[in-house]
Amino acid sequence: MLFSVLVETRLRPGIADPQGATIERSLPHLGFDGIRGVRVGKAIRFELDAPDEASARAHAHEVCQRFLINPVIEAADVTLSVVEAV
Amino acid sequence: MAARVGVVTFPGSNCELDAVEAINGLGGQAELVWHGNTSLGQFDAVVLPGGFAHGDYLRPGAIARFSPVMDAVRDHAAAGGPVVGICNGFQVLTEAGLLPGALQKNRGLKFLCTTTQIRVETTASALTAEAAVGEVLCIPINHFEGNYTCDAPTLALLRAEERVVVRYLDNPNGSVDDIAGVCNEGRNVVGLMPHPERACHALLGSTDGAVLLRSLLVSAGAAMA
Repeated sequence: MLFSVLVETRLRPGIADPQGATIERSLPHLGFDGIRGVRVGKAIRFELDAPDEASARAHAHEVCQRFLINPVIEAADVTLSVVEAV
Repeated sequence: MAARVGVVTFPGSNCELDAVEAINGLGGQAELVWHGNTSLGQFDAVVLPGGFAHGDYLRPGAIARFSPVMDAVRDHAAAGGPVVGICNGFQVLTEAGLLPGALQKNRGLKFLCTTTQIRVETTASALTAEAAVGEVLCIPINHFEGNYTCDAPTLALLRAEERVVVRYLDNPNGSVDDIAGVCNEGRNVVGLMPHPERACHALLGSTDGAVLLRSLLVSAGAAMA
């Protein structure tokens, strides 16, 4: 089966986010009020061949932990969708 | 016999020649090692220099930690051999798990290219053995991602074990606890954001980096014996 994988990385709670803080500070100057808690992450998309959803999820999780995120400061959400159910 | 120092060159490293020049000027015997090498057996100490290893894609050091040479760096460190990561090299060592914590974008999101004052906090490390505690050194920094961070238990451990090797006097980048450099439990692996190799000649405006690299050569000599 072919899966489309979306990995969304974000900084773990408590880890300072200089990009998010800079954006948040800029917003009122630009006339956007009422926004808080800005956090910046990354979105990484790829396709993955796997026999079933469970193994696709396990594979994507391992790629995340070993490479796509730095577990010291980051966490990730993985979303899978089926592209080809062959 | 002069201490032999391997200066690892990744694709995108750009401070490797400065490191070789500075170390040789201090009586060491430095040579470049390509990141594809799988052995560092001929060296007494290893330096991971500054630059943008593998373009810093994904995160600084995230790809470099998988370079073939890194297994040899790990073995060298595990055997007690001195390993120093400067700037990008520090980032590589944290990504590789050889040093705790991580380096984030600078507070204020500015690339910093300036001279900082750092204070030596311990002489029990491969990079500060010849320095004095409290000694203030004038050393340049040149980074975008030098904002050292770690979780609270790790910070408490680093403090308790006196593993913060150097601190900024005037924190330029938002690093937690003003940390400019740390060492591992064995104190033979050290990473720092400032560039001692760029402060080893009067023509460069400071010779304060010499005491750090001289410490590395002494530590390498001790590891040889």
